Amino acid sequence: MTGGVGIKFSGSATIDGTPLFMPITLDIKPNEWTCLLGPSGVGKTTVLREIAALDTAVDFDGSITTSDTKPLTDRVAYMAQNDLLFPWLSVLDNICIGAKLRGKSADLERAKKLLDWVGLTNHRSKKPKALSGGQRQRVALARTLMEDRPVILLDEPFSALDAKTRAEMQELSAELLTGKTVLLVTHDPAEAARLGHSVYVMEQDGLQAVDMPTSPPVRAVDDPETLTTQGALFRILRGTVQ
Amino acid sequence: MTWKHGILSAIILILIWQTVVVLSGVPSFILPPPADVAYTLWDSREIISENAWVTMGEVILGLLIGSILGVLTAVNLATSNTARAVLRPILVFSQAIPVFALAPILTLWFGYGITSKIVMAVLIIYFPVASAFFDGLMKTPIGYLDLAKTMGASPMRTLWHVRFKSALPSLGSGLRLAAVYAPIGAVIGEWVGASKGLGYLMLLANGRAKTDLLFAALIVLAVLTVCLHFAVDAFARRLEKDH
Repeated sequence: MTGGVGIKFSGSATIDGTPLFMPITLDIKPNEWTCLLGPSGVGKTTVLREIAALDTAVDFDGSITTSDTKPLTDRVAYMAQNDLLFPWLSVLDNICIGAKLRGKSADLERAKKLLDWVGLTNHRSKKPKALSGGQRQRVALARTLMEDRPVILLDEPFSALDAKTRAEMQELSAELLTGKTVLLVTHDPAEAARLGHSVYVMEQDGLQAVDMPTSPPVRAVDDPETLTTQGALFRILRGTVQ
Repeated sequence: MTWKHGILSAIILILIWQTVVVLSGVPSFILPPPADVAYTLWDSREIISENAWVTMGEVILGLLIGSILGVLTAVNLATSNTARAVLRPILVFSQAIPVFALAPILTLWFGYGITSKIVMAVLIIYFPVASAFFDGLMKTPIGYLDLAKTMGASPMRTLWHVRFKSALPSLGSGLRLAAVYAPIGAVIGEWVGASKGLGYLMLLANGRAKTDLLFAALIVLAVLTVCLHFAVDAFARRLEKDH
């Protein structure tokens, strides 16, 4: 896919005058996965929320520009750690909620197809509470895809899942979000090493780009190059490498 | 609480009542024995049911109108900063006035008919419903609102599809309280001035030393209130379902 949306985030943020992060420049390439890795509280989520135009508690001083110079409004889909499924709606209705919220009628055929892609066709009439954590997150992925937006913002969407489910969700997301411009915020070096075309480690004093394996994502969990990258990311996170 | 427990409690209460009557030897115009009350309940069933219907009508209408006004107020408060700034202090201040103290004024303004009683019931349940639902509307999980925003939802659609639905359990809590308060409002209204209703009948029976009739009316009022509680509880459970 060509002609995707690239995003350039540059600026700094303060909370009541106290710096949250110093000036950074984050280059999110079109049609690729960019991972923003860092410890809790460093402002990763703030970066993502600023791009999504969601409320933050910070004063952001900087700019967010796109490669096609058009605004990001209505071109972003958002997925969080919490699946954010509405408990009073069925799985299918949850997937279609975007259209409903815009006052349009949802493309039911597409919703059913997406449900099939995430392997939940038999669960479409169930309420979210009847599903496991992994299944719920798959519904959230289907809902994100249903929005059919070029930019996907993922805020630690897999961090509450068990190891096996997490690995499966990473693979499914990588497959289904191919061709989208993805920003993944995560605190898991293994996740970043598997999924990122590019990975940036965020710390209070700035961003650090990391050399990635030559193989394309999604990479095998036990791929030696991936494991080396994971180790390198971990060392940066622990502050043992400058 | 199951029905079996309820019946058991009623039997125990009646036994204690009978024992007190027998042991204390109080005259029946002070405390009539259960059997006398049961007899009166049957014997005066026409006058009791006629008045019970009136009270029940006042309570149900009061509950409906009060709940609708409460919900509308909550939505208004939740969606408008101006409404919050202006209405909220008035609402809080209004709670400093005991609603019971207004009963004579309401009777003066709305007369001896059922209107003054309905207004009384409306006033007494309006605040708990408005307050509970408003709290619910303001406590929508932030994540839901973020999601709606990225999906390009309008404020009105977010209100209906997200905030309103997410606040339904809070509305259920408010309605449960309202179901307890509404009969109190109606009966107080009847005490102050009425020509019909269980409150009126109780006052009338009291004045004529027909304590057995007073007790019979009281029991019917209690049963009606319990039935109302179960009905509203069932409705509130439906609102809470899937939350």
